Amino acid sequence: MLLVRCPWCGDRDEAEFRYGGQADVDYPADPHQLDDAAWGEYLFVRANPLGSFNERWVHTAGCRRWFSLVRDTATNEMSPDIPRRRESR
Amino acid sequence: MVADGNTPAPPERLWRNPEPKRNYDVVIVGAGGHGLATAYYLARNHGITDIAVVERGWLAGGNMARNTTIIRSNYLLDASAALYDHALRLWEELPEELEYEFHFSQRGVLNLAHTEQEVRDARRRAFANELNGVDAEWLTPDEIAEVCPILDTSPNLRYPVLGATYQRRAGIAKHDLVAWGLARKCDEMGVDFIQNREVTGFLTDEDRVVGVRTDKGDIGAGRVGLAAAGRTTLLTDTLGLRLPLQSHPLQAMATEILEPVHPCVVMSNHVHVYTSQAHKGELVLGAGIDTHNGYAQRGSVHVVENQLAAAVELFPVFARAHLLRTWAGTVDVTPDASPIIGPTPYENLFVNCGWGTGGFKATPGAGWVFAHTIATGAPHPLNEPYGMERFTTGALIDEHGAAAVAH
Amino acid sequence: MMSSSNPNRLNASVRPGRIDRTRTIHATVDGRAVPGRPGDTLASAMLAGGDIEVGPSIQRGRPRGVFSADCTEPNALVQRLDGDCPEPMLPATEIELQDGLRVETLSGVGWLSEQRDTAGYDKKFVHSDVVVVGAGPAGIAASLAAARGGARVMLVDQHRELGGMLLDGQAHIAGHPATEWIGRAARELAENEQVRVLTRATALGCYDHNYLLIAERRADHPDAPPSPTIRQRLWHVRAKQVVLATGAHERPLVFADNDRPGVMLASAVRSYLNRHAVLPGREAVVFTTSDSAYSTALDLLGTGARVPAIVDTRPEPPTRLVEQVRAAGAHVVTSAAVVATGGEHRVSGVRVRGIDGNGSLTEWSAEFPCDLLAVCGGWNPAVQLFAQSGGAVRWDPVVAGFVPSGAGGRSARVVGAARGTYDLAGCLAQGFASGAEAATLSGFRTAPPPVPQVDGDRQASRPRPVWLVPDESRSPEECTEHFVDQQRDATVADIHHALGTGMRSVQHVKRYTTISTGLEQGKSSGVNAVGVLADALSAGSPGEVGTTTFRPPYTPVPLALFAGRTTGRLYDPVRTTPMHRQHVEAGAVFEDVGQWKRPRYYPRGNEDMHAAVLRECSAARTGVAVQDVSTLGRIEIVGSDAPEFLDRIYTNGFAKLAVGKARYGMMCGADGMVLDDGVSMRLAEDRYLMSTTTGGAAKVLDWLEEWLQTEWPELDVYCTSVTEQWAAVAVVGPDSRTVVGRLAPDLDVSAESFGFMRFHETVLVGGIPARISRVSFSGELAFEVNVARWYGQALWEATMTAGSDLDITPYGTEAMHVLRAEKGFVIVGQDTDGTVTPVDLGMDWAVSKHKDFIGKRSLSRPDLVRQDRVQLVGLLPTDTTTLLPEGAHLVEPDVSRRPPVPMAGHVTSSYHSAALERTFALGLISGGRQRIGEVLCAPVGGRDVEVEITSPVFYDPEGARRDGPEQG
Repeated sequence: MLLVRCPWCGDRDEAEFRYGGQADVDYPADPHQLDDAAWGEYLFVRANPLGSFNERWVHTAGCRRWFSLVRDTATNEMSPDIPRRRESR
Repeated sequence: MVADGNTPAPPERLWRNPEPKRNYDVVIVGAGGHGLATAYYLARNHGITDIAVVERGWLAGGNMARNTTIIRSNYLLDASAALYDHALRLWEELPEELEYEFHFSQRGVLNLAHTEQEVRDARRRAFANELNGVDAEWLTPDEIAEVCPILDTSPNLRYPVLGATYQRRAGIAKHDLVAWGLARKCDEMGVDFIQNREVTGFLTDEDRVVGVRTDKGDIGAGRVGLAAAGRTTLLTDTLGLRLPLQSHPLQAMATEILEPVHPCVVMSNHVHVYTSQAHKGELVLGAGIDTHNGYAQRGSVHVVENQLAAAVELFPVFARAHLLRTWAGTVDVTPDASPIIGPTPYENLFVNCGWGTGGFKATPGAGWVFAHTIATGAPHPLNEPYGMERFTTGALIDEHGAAAVAH
Repeated sequence: MMSSSNPNRLNASVRPGRIDRTRTIHATVDGRAVPGRPGDTLASAMLAGGDIEVGPSIQRGRPRGVFSADCTEPNALVQRLDGDCPEPMLPATEIELQDGLRVETLSGVGWLSEQRDTAGYDKKFVHSDVVVVGAGPAGIAASLAAARGGARVMLVDQHRELGGMLLDGQAHIAGHPATEWIGRAARELAENEQVRVLTRATALGCYDHNYLLIAERRADHPDAPPSPTIRQRLWHVRAKQVVLATGAHERPLVFADNDRPGVMLASAVRSYLNRHAVLPGREAVVFTTSDSAYSTALDLLGTGARVPAIVDTRPEPPTRLVEQVRAAGAHVVTSAAVVATGGEHRVSGVRVRGIDGNGSLTEWSAEFPCDLLAVCGGWNPAVQLFAQSGGAVRWDPVVAGFVPSGAGGRSARVVGAARGTYDLAGCLAQGFASGAEAATLSGFRTAPPPVPQVDGDRQASRPRPVWLVPDESRSPEECTEHFVDQQRDATVADIHHALGTGMRSVQHVKRYTTISTGLEQGKSSGVNAVGVLADALSAGSPGEVGTTTFRPPYTPVPLALFAGRTTGRLYDPVRTTPMHRQHVEAGAVFEDVGQWKRPRYYPRGNEDMHAAVLRECSAARTGVAVQDVSTLGRIEIVGSDAPEFLDRIYTNGFAKLAVGKARYGMMCGADGMVLDDGVSMRLAEDRYLMSTTTGGAAKVLDWLEEWLQTEWPELDVYCTSVTEQWAAVAVVGPDSRTVVGRLAPDLDVSAESFGFMRFHETVLVGGIPARISRVSFSGELAFEVNVARWYGQALWEATMTAGSDLDITPYGTEAMHVLRAEKGFVIVGQDTDGTVTPVDLGMDWAVSKHKDFIGKRSLSRPDLVRQDRVQLVGLLPTDTTTLLPEGAHLVEPDVSRRPPVPMAGHVTSSYHSAALERTFALGLISGGRQRIGEVLCAPVGGRDVEVEITSPVFYDPEGARRDGPEQG
C-alpha cells in the first residue's frame, strides 16, 4: 500500500487513488494534423522507465483532483517535493 | 528428490555453464520460458544451434518462476485462439518430446460468469472456441458443482455463479520443470546459456543490429531476439524504439501443502481470483496486476487481500488454509493486452513482448512463432496479426475489451 | 523431583517457569490425553510428558521429534481438530495449550475440512508514530525510549508476554532478574495512553512506505474469553517510523542422522527449561559452533541433567565459558563435531570426531551416550521483514550471518539480534537509541535513556560455522542422511544433485531440492543451504552465493484472516433504489447490474421468465407499463463552457440544444470505440443533466473529470454526480399519457404541448415536485418521471394507483431489453464490447462531421474504415420459434466446417417478441449492412439455425407510435 501525497489532502493510502500513467502527455492541439503513426503513438505509447517517473494520480476517493508526482519505479520512493498541481479554474 | 534414501543416482545434466563465445548466429535476450522455448524451436525446427541465451539473473527466474502456471487456449478472438491453441497442442506433445516430467496436468479450467453480461460474453467465447477447434463447454451451476464440488455455486453469494465455460484440455504444469526440460534439450543441441550477464544495449551498424552489449562485454550476433518481458522497453529505449508497453507488478500466492481438494483450475473475472492446486499440494492463487507501473517485483498488499477475499468467498473450504508466501513479478502489458511478436524497424532485431499476465500458457507457442520469425525474418502466419503496426492501423487484438476475461 | 504425569516437569524450586502450576489442563494428541499447565505450548506439554516424537517425515517416513520452540519448527506440525473448523499445519511449538485442544500429528501435509469456518475475523486500520516489532530487550528498550519522548508507539510481539529471548535465559538487568525489568517496562507502557502493546500478534509484512500488516490472535489461548467474537484480527498500520527488533533464529547443524528425535536446537532446550520448566532430556550432549549454547549447557547442568560432552567446532572456545561448564561438571571437546547419532525413535548416543581448520575430520573420535542432542549452528538474524520491504542484506563474517546492509533500508531501523547484536547491553543500547531517534524523527524530540547495568550473556568470541559436518565414509554427493530441511526431507545429497545438473544459483537449488519451501520458509534451513552450496562451489563466503528472496508473510496465516468481514453479504456493497421494497413485494426476480440490484422481471403465479417478459412487453406495447429507472447514472454539468464541453465529449452536438429539450448522445474513448450513451437534458443555458448507463455512471464521471482537469482546465465546467439524488420511473405505452396526466394534473401532456424529447417541471398529485421528460427506449409513447430520491416510493405508489384501472404493469430489465431491441436500440456493453465504433452501429447520424470530439481522429485509422468491419444488423431465424442463443456465431452456409471455421459475426441480443410474434435478434456481422436479405447459419448445439440478415429496426420503423394514439 503505497503512501501517495495528494497536494490537496496530504498523505493518503494508494487505495484512495486511481493511477493515471505517464504525466504531461498532452492531447494534440489538432489531432487531424497528425498522421496515423503519430496519432497511434499518442493513443498508445507511454514512457516506461526503470527509475524516476513523472506520473499522474487522481484522488478518486478524496478530492477527486488529478495531480502528478515523481516516483522511482524500482523502489517506489516518492520524490520529497510537493506534487505538482494541475491548476484548473 | 532422493526417494529411497540410498546412494542417489548420478544427476542428469540440465545445462552447462559456458563462457560466451564472441559471436553467435542468434542471441536471445532473456532465459525465461519464452527465451528457452525460442531457442528450443530455433534448434529443433530451423536447425539453428549457434545460439546464446543471455540472462541477467538465473535461468527461468523472472515471470517463469512467479506465475500461477495456468495453461488454456479458450480465447475469443481468432488470432488469440489460434496462437494459444497452437501452444496447447505443443504442450500436449512436450512431455514426451522433452523426455522430462513436468507434471502437465489437463485437469480443466472453469471460467466463471457471475452476471448476465458475463454469461453472454462467456457463451460467445465458447461458441467461437467450438468453431475455432478449441474445446469448450458451457456448464450450468449444477454441472459446475460436479466438476468442482468445493466451489460455492449456491445462489446466496453476493455475485452467484451463473455458469462457466469449461475447457477440459486446459490445466497446469510445474513451471520450473518446464524450464529445465527445455533448457536441457537446448543444451544438448548446443545452445549456450549465459546466466548472470545483463544485456544493456545493442551493437548497431546504422539500422542493423549486429550484437548486444552486456555488463561483462559485447557479444556479436547475426540476429537478436528480445524475450525480456517487463524489461523490454529498457532495451528498446536504447535504440530510441518506443514500444507500447507498461511494466506492472503482478502478484500471486501459495498456501502450505494440503491433501488434494481442488480438482481443476477456477478463474473468476468478476470476483477476481484464479485458483488451482499444484502437483505438490499447495493452493496457488492469483489475479490481476497492480495498477501502477513498477519494477520492484513487489506489489501492494490490498491487492492480495482482495484476491484472498474473493477466494474465500468462492471457496469457503479455503478459510483455514494458510497463506504461506506471496510474490510478485514484473509483467509488460500492451494497450490491447495482447503480445507483440515480430520484426522491428531495426534489421535483425525481433521482439516478443507484451504478454502481460498470459505468458506462461503460451510458452511453447510463443517460442515456435518467435523462432520462425527470427529464423526467416518474417512472422509465422500465427503471429502475423501481432506486429507492432497494429497500434497505428487500429487493428488491435482486444481480447480484454471484447471478452472481458483477463488473461 | 518430577511429577508423575509430567515426568519431565521441573519443580518450581528448580525452575518456576512462566506457567501456572495451580491448574492442570488437558489437550489430546492423536487421541491421547496430554496434560499441561497454562503457559505451556502444545510442544512443551508433550515434552513435559516425555513425548518427543511426532509425525514421521513427509517423503521418507523417518521418525521425527520436536526440534525447536518457535515458528521455525520443521517436524511437530499438527492438524487442529477442536473449535469450529479444523485447521491444518500448525506448529505444536506455537500452539498455546488449552483445555479441549485436540490435534492430530501430520507428516508435512495438512487437509481442509468441509466444515464452514464460522469464526470472526476483522481488521483495524491505524496510524502510529513509531511501530516496534519484537518485544525482546531491544524492542522493549526502543518502545520505552520512543514513548518517553511522547510518540504514539505500537509494540508488537508474537508471544503471549513481553520479553523475547530474555524469558529463555537467566540474565539480570540493573541487578535484578530480567523479568523484573520486563515487568516494570510492561507497566510503564501499559500506563501510557499513547502506547498500544499487542501481544500474540505477528508482524506479517513490512511494505512500502512503512505499512505493516499484523495478525493478532484473539482466541485459541487460555486468556481468551470463552467464545470470542473475533478469532483473529488483521491490523493495518501506517507508521512514521518502524523499528525492527525481530531477533534471530538459531541454525541447526548439518551432520549424519541429524533428524533423529531428541536432536533439538540448543536455544529451544533452554527455552523449554526456563520458560516452561521442562527438561526435554536427562543426558544431553551439546554440539555448538558458538558461545550461546554454553548457556544451554549451564542451564541443563543447573537443573540436574547430565551433560556428557560439549562438542565445540572451535579450537579455542572462550576460556571463561569452558571453565564455567567444567566447574559445573561438564567436559568440553574442542575442534570436534558430532558425525553420527544412534537410536531409533530417540537419540541414544552420538559419535564425535575431530574436525580441523579446513572442516575435514581428524582421526580422533569418541562416543557419548545421550537422550538429547542440543545443537547450535549459529544464528540467523531475522531480517525477513527488513528484506521484504526492499532492504538489502550482506554476509557478516564476524556474526556469521546475513545482516541488514548499511544503516537500514528506507526508514526501518533494525536493532538487536536482528542486526547481529547478541549481547544484552548492546541490544538495550541500540533499542534505546533507535527508539529515541524514531520518536525524534516523527516529531517528538527526545534523548535515549541511559543503559542499565547488565550481567552475563556477552558473546566473547567469533562463531565458527560448519555448514557440513563431513560423513565418516561418504562423499557429500552421497550424504542422504544429512538433512538441510527436515520438513521437506531434503539433504546435502540433494543439493549436490542439483549442482550436478549444472545449477549454480541458490534459487535453482532451492527449487530443485524444495529446501526452504516449507512452513519455515527458510528461517532455519535457508542459510545452511547457502553454506553447503558455498562450500560446494568453493565460494569465499555464503555472501557470494546470496540468499533467496524474502517474501511476506513472516509466518503463515489463514486466508480467512485476509478476507476479514469481506465475505457473503458484505463482499461488495448492494445498491438498491428507494422503490426496492416495492419490487420485492411485487415478487421481482433481481439481476446484478454493477452493484445495483435491478428487477429483471416480475413473475405472476407460475410464470417463468419467458412468460413474464412476454406479458410485460405486451403491456408496454398495448397498454401501459412502468419501470424503475432510478439506477441510471445522472451527472449535472454546469458552467459557462458546459455546451462546449459536451460538444467535445459527445460524438454529436449539444451546444445548440435548446433549453427545455433533451437529446440522445454517444461518447467514445480516444480510440474511437463506444464508451457510453444516454440522454442529456439542457436545464439552462449553463446547465445540463446527463444520464449514463447504470453500470457506466462512475466511469463516465471519472472520464469527464479527467478531461476537464488534465486537458481543458480553462473550461468553466463543474460535474456533479446526482444519481443518488433522483428516483425515476419510465411510464411506457399507449396509455402512458393517461397515467401521467393523472399523475401530473397541472401538466398538459398532449402531443402538441408536450413534444418528444422535451421536459417540463411540475408538481404531482400529493404535492411531489417532479421533472417529467418525454424520452423513449421502446419506441412507444413514454414519459420519464423524476423526483427527489425520498419521494421514490410515493412516486411508485402514485403511478401504480394512477394506472390501476389500466392494468399498469411493472416491467424489468429483461422486457426493457426486448422492447429496445425491437427498435434496434443498442445497449452499450451488450451490443458493443469495447471494439465497436458508432459507425459500426450504423449511428453515423450521431457522429458530427462539423466538430471535433474525443475519438474522432481514431475513426479514420485504416482498420476503422475497412468495409468488412462488423456492423449492427437484425437477425431473423427462418424458423420463427427458434431462439438464437446470445453469443452464437454466424457462418456462411456453404463454408467447410473443419476448424477453424471463418466467422461472420455474432449474436449480441436475442429474444422472443410479443409484438412480432416471433423470435428475433441483433448481431454484429462483418459488412452486415451490405448483406441485408442474405442468409447465414448459426451452428448451435450440433445443428444449424438459418438466419436472415435484416435491418436492426423490427418494430414501427416509421416511428408512428412515438407520440401515442391520436387523441380524440
